[in-house]
Amino acid sequence: MLLGAETDGVVTAGWFLQNAWLIPVIPAIAFFGILFFGKKLPRGGSELGLISMVAAFTIAAGTAWQWVDRVHAYSPEYGEAEPVIRQWTWWQSGGTEFGIGQQIDGLSVTMLLLVAFISTLVLVYSTEYVRGDRRYTHFFASITLFSAGMLTMVIAPNMVQLILGWEIMGLCSFLLIGHWWEEQANSRAALKAFFTVRVGDMGLLVGTAMLLGIFGTLDILEINQLTAEGAADDSKNLLMWTAVALFIACIGKSGQFPLHTWLPDAMAGPTPVSSLLHSSTMVVAGVFLVARIYPVFYVGLDINVAGQQFNLIAVIGGITVLIAALLAFVQDDIKKVLAYSTVSQLGYMMMSLGIGAWTAAVFHIWTHAFFKCCLFLAAGSISHTASHHSFDMKKDMGGIWRKMPVTTGAWIASTAALCGVPYFSGFFSKDEIIDSARAYDYTVFYYVGIIGAFMTTAYMTRATYLTFFGTPRGAAAHFMGVAHDTSHEVHGHAADAVGAEHADDHLPEHADAHDAHGHDAHGHDDHHVSHSRPLPFAKTDSPWQIAGPILVLGILAVSAGYINMPVHKFYWFEHQTESAIGLPIAHEEEKSADGGEGAEAAAVEGEEAHGGDEAHSEAIYSVPAPPKFKWVNAAPGLILVALGFAISLGMSMAVFGRRKNLFAPFVGLTRRNRIARGGHTVLVKKYGLDSLYENIIVRAVAYPFAKAAYWFNQNVIDAVVNGAGRSGKLTGEWIYRNVDQRVVDGAVNASGLVASESGHALQPVQSGKVNQYGALLFGAAAVGAIVLILINA
Amino acid sequence: MYAANFLLLSAVLFSIGVFGVIARRNAVMVLMSIELILNSVNLNLIAFALMNDNVDGHIFALFVIAVAAAEVGVGLAMVLMIYRNRRSIALDELSEMKG
Amino acid sequence: MEVLTNDNWILTVGTFLPLVGVLVMLFIPAVEETLHKQIAIVTSGATLAVGIWTLVLFDYDQSEKLQFWVDEEWISVIRSGYTIGLDGISLPLYILSMAVTFLVAIYTWDNMPDAGNPKSFLMLMMVLQVGMAGSFIAQDLILFFVFFEVVLLPMYFMIGVWGGEQRQYASLKFFLYTMFGSALMLVAFLALFFQTDAVSFGFAHLMDAGALIDRDTQIWIFAGMFVGFAVKVPMFPFHTWLPDAHTQAPTQGSVILAAILLKLGTYGFVRIAIPMLPQGAEAWAPVIGVLAVIGIIYGALGCLAQTDMKRLIAFSSVAHMGFVMLGISTLTSLGINAALFGMVAHGLITGMLFFVAGSIKHRYHTLEIKRLSGLLIQMPKMGWILGFAAMASLGLPGLAGFWGEFPAILAAWNPHPALNQDLFRTLTVIAALGTVLAAGYLLWLYQRTAFGTPSDEFSGHDSGHGGHAAHSLSAAANHDHDDHESDIHDVNTIEWIAWTPFLIAILVLGVYPQLMFEVMDPAVTQLVERVGAGIP
Repeated sequence: MLLGAETDGVVTAGWFLQNAWLIPVIPAIAFFGILFFGKKLPRGGSELGLISMVAAFTIAAGTAWQWVDRVHAYSPEYGEAEPVIRQWTWWQSGGTEFGIGQQIDGLSVTMLLLVAFISTLVLVYSTEYVRGDRRYTHFFASITLFSAGMLTMVIAPNMVQLILGWEIMGLCSFLLIGHWWEEQANSRAALKAFFTVRVGDMGLLVGTAMLLGIFGTLDILEINQLTAEGAADDSKNLLMWTAVALFIACIGKSGQFPLHTWLPDAMAGPTPVSSLLHSSTMVVAGVFLVARIYPVFYVGLDINVAGQQFNLIAVIGGITVLIAALLAFVQDDIKKVLAYSTVSQLGYMMMSLGIGAWTAAVFHIWTHAFFKCCLFLAAGSISHTASHHSFDMKKDMGGIWRKMPVTTGAWIASTAALCGVPYFSGFFSKDEIIDSARAYDYTVFYYVGIIGAFMTTAYMTRATYLTFFGTPRGAAAHFMGVAHDTSHEVHGHAADAVGAEHADDHLPEHADAHDAHGHDAHGHDDHHVSHSRPLPFAKTDSPWQIAGPILVLGILAVSAGYINMPVHKFYWFEHQTESAIGLPIAHEEEKSADGGEGAEAAAVEGEEAHGGDEAHSEAIYSVPAPPKFKWVNAAPGLILVALGFAISLGMSMAVFGRRKNLFAPFVGLTRRNRIARGGHTVLVKKYGLDSLYENIIVRAVAYPFAKAAYWFNQNVIDAVVNGAGRSGKLTGEWIYRNVDQRVVDGAVNASGLVASESGHALQPVQSGKVNQYGALLFGAAAVGAIVLILINA
Repeated sequence: MYAANFLLLSAVLFSIGVFGVIARRNAVMVLMSIELILNSVNLNLIAFALMNDNVDGHIFALFVIAVAAAEVGVGLAMVLMIYRNRRSIALDELSEMKG
Repeated sequence: MEVLTNDNWILTVGTFLPLVGVLVMLFIPAVEETLHKQIAIVTSGATLAVGIWTLVLFDYDQSEKLQFWVDEEWISVIRSGYTIGLDGISLPLYILSMAVTFLVAIYTWDNMPDAGNPKSFLMLMMVLQVGMAGSFIAQDLILFFVFFEVVLLPMYFMIGVWGGEQRQYASLKFFLYTMFGSALMLVAFLALFFQTDAVSFGFAHLMDAGALIDRDTQIWIFAGMFVGFAVKVPMFPFHTWLPDAHTQAPTQGSVILAAILLKLGTYGFVRIAIPMLPQGAEAWAPVIGVLAVIGIIYGALGCLAQTDMKRLIAFSSVAHMGFVMLGISTLTSLGINAALFGMVAHGLITGMLFFVAGSIKHRYHTLEIKRLSGLLIQMPKMGWILGFAAMASLGLPGLAGFWGEFPAILAAWNPHPALNQDLFRTLTVIAALGTVLAAGYLLWLYQRTAFGTPSDEFSGHDSGHGGHAAHSLSAAANHDHDDHESDIHDVNTIEWIAWTPFLIAILVLGVYPQLMFEVMDPAVTQLVERVGAGIP
């Protein structure tokens, strides 16, 4: 039941490319295996999950390898590599068949590799982290299904399969965030995550319907080609709304402003969940969707059209970068800092897509996944080993770098990558985003980008200082073997020194949530289950299942960026993925501008340009080529990063370490200055968005609206019904009394009466005497005879 | 006319029978009177049959005789039952059929 | 209309077989309760076996044609015949009705409603099955009407005798409401008959001749059918009998009501009203669409206001049937396919939800959401089944519910060209909002009932521990109801047997919807072409 012909392209695709659809199928099967047999297995089903993930990763790696070959085989003769598409009939309507299957191109290969790899590491990590959990098997089932969902989505050749994967992830996030659902706060967070995303999904459903309306197909490749060829130009307005609708879905999923509020709450889930779902995979689904059908957004929202300084995606992305970064400053919970950081970085990706820098955005997905996952896992490692399942940076951390070298090292490498320090992976992707904004004349977003970089560095410095340096506090002090000296606890000095970070003036609901979220401990029936062996060179660090993945990710946080280094005119990653943009890249202008650049790069570009023209000869839209890297252009950003580090370090030392330095005068500013205090309150209240959603919108719908509707139902519609019934009954009674009883029944009764009376009158005749009867008989006969005679006469 | 004679005789018999049915109190007598009536009718039937030279009347008369026999049988049985129950067969004392 | 007359005995046998069971039960004293249950299970099982054999004999390459066709004289005075046949549109519903009755009969083994007397109960259920199956195979208006009405009485008694506290009110309301609809429907049928020269009540003839009636008359006749079917669906604003009937009905009644009875209305639209009166349908489609969408939002809001679990599920039916009607109102093959899929999916999912609600009621003697919590601790399996059904109900892809909702939304954005595009596009957006609300009320329900810890009322003294203590806890649960011993236990064997087919069907249809689309689509396509030809 193959739907149409397989798109093999001019070059025959290898086995892995042909059978990449197995990648999501294997974990999906494993999910059912874990669900039904997990509890009977010696390791509670985790082995099934792990095996399936390793298998998926192996196939993904094979696919990536063959894809690289394919790209190589295509250029220069055939231009851009064609995707490998296989579809089977999934459902049909009106004779049109809709498929399920695979579309393998640069983007999906990137994501497959990324997701399978990170899922594998997180599963390894989880075997230790959630050991002894009361729902160990369920945890692995859900997380395996989650990976299957994400893999299904990234491999999707059409919108329906994409929605399938998208929603499965939503379900799993619900299950995993609410993993410890005995606590109401956790189940609320799960509900909130699912529901918020679902609000966005409205856009996905409607947007997909719109796509079907415009293009008459839901196949992603066809949609992209048709848009690029200008097939939708007649219905440009509709296309714009389609893009808006779909983007609403991305806002929900990718935690963009104003629907970002679920992401920090989602940290209620176990840490491996946070690191897998809410940093590197699920939340990038929104970004992925934009990247997947980029031409629709590109054409629909007029990206890179001269004179258009703003568009929806860039604006939302830009706002998200800044507001989320600001919120990260006031968090005490290390996971929440990372959550807001994720939101902010997702903002970068969106912004990048919004300004036409597709490659930079996808590359940022790639690098961000490694370092953000690493940061989350490191946070989990700390809570697991050092801070007794607490995530409170102020209460239970500090000074632990000595005992946790692997965690600290990986954390710092990842932080450097996140901040965009040169030659760490994040630098290559983030700088390309910022540089593109400059080169494509999006001045505002250029500034957003560099300010965002400054803020990122600042809040990460603060978090790093609080977590790893300074004096050990609370649980960490216990771990470090330091006497638990309250005088050194930051919290203890909140009253006089730390106004800005004061934990006590949190709102009640925030405090509640915080209590519930701050501790992962609820799920562990026994906190002191025996830990596995640590890595040999880090005896006091977390066990190897935890430290190992962190180490691997830490190394990748540094090196993942080396596959695409604009600094060295090395565009390998871009070359592999560019065919997935759906639009050709306009290199001509760049070439004429810097015609004398390095020979190799120019040659590569020439091929690309050539290939691009051939593959999309009808395409009338194209994305601009990435800008040429110049240190001069990168300098402002880098300077700001350095500045951010310096200022934040100084502030942190002044505030938390109580050192007298340049920044000492600013300590306690929020208490002294009304404006600063106001600003702080706004941040702590998360701009009031949460209370707007929860207390006003949701409450209004759930209570007054619903009540009103129900009231309407019971008292209006039902009243009409009951009224009709009652009035029917009354009418009936009236008719019964007046018509039935008097007229109709009267007639009946009257006839009965007549019969009865006449019967009475004739009664004496019936004497019972035979003689009399005989006399009557003969009398009557005589009368009859006489009458007969008379008549006949 | 032969026929007139027959008819006259049957009319007399009929009248006697009717008188018996109406006037007699004894149930047996009433039954016998009914037999008289029936026989008068038979006489009529045969007379007309002879007059018209047709056998239908004879056949009908035979039927009537048969029915009369059955009727008397049933009637006498009833009378017997009544006598057993009431020790009397006086009809004027029976009014169970009163309406 | 082409027909296939292969194996034409099978439909009659499949439809009337339950009557054999009824006859047998009639001659067995009511005290033999077990025997009655066994007979009911065997009869409905045999019926289902015939149904499965029907599935085997069905020619899937010609699913647009009516198969197993029988056309015998019945009431020749009024030109009505015993005309039956099965095509891709009826097949899923026909089999569903058999399967549901069988599983409900199994469920009754352990869960007889309080009023007792399984003899009458099961006899009614068997008669009900005859009516339901008959409605789906009838190809003659009078025959259809007879079967349609046969359904009414058993359900009336089921609610009225074995129902909850307000059963009298609910059953009467159900009965009168439906009769009211039926009356108008019958008038419409007769009008249609006489407008088409009073030649025949057969569907085939009416479909050909009905399209030729002039537009205004079509609109009037459609109005009559609309009321009749809309009451049964039920559509806003004719829905108010539904929550009462569902809430008061015994579990078995609710399940059958949700799974099959409601579908009679939508099936009537698809099979009778729309193809016979294309212009009437076109004129009424916007009304249906608007009412459907109002139903979606309104039903969802109604759900949010509920404090009783069963009533909430009942209201969710209003919302889901709204999606079905939205699909139908688009008059496109995508929409009608979605509607048909939605009918089956809703039948399975809501049926499942009612089963769970019934079993919870059986154990806790209450369905008040406030008093329930921590089901997952006391009854983990039941809790997960509830979660599974809730997820399916809110339209999660990969489960059956999605394939009723999503294509309906796709279709509503691209309705039949003769319809007002802007209106339907607005409706699409509002309907999409309905999916959000669906997630809202179902998850909220789930959060409040399944998550958390059991309330003290039901958990006894052990409530604080949870976790591994769950089993011992439920065993040791002593609650303060006087008239029954502790019976909060997890899903038992009978329930597993009755429910597993539902769960599997929900999953399988969700993962591979082509199973059903493949069967329905040719028939639906043919139907839509016919409608399209009838609209100038």
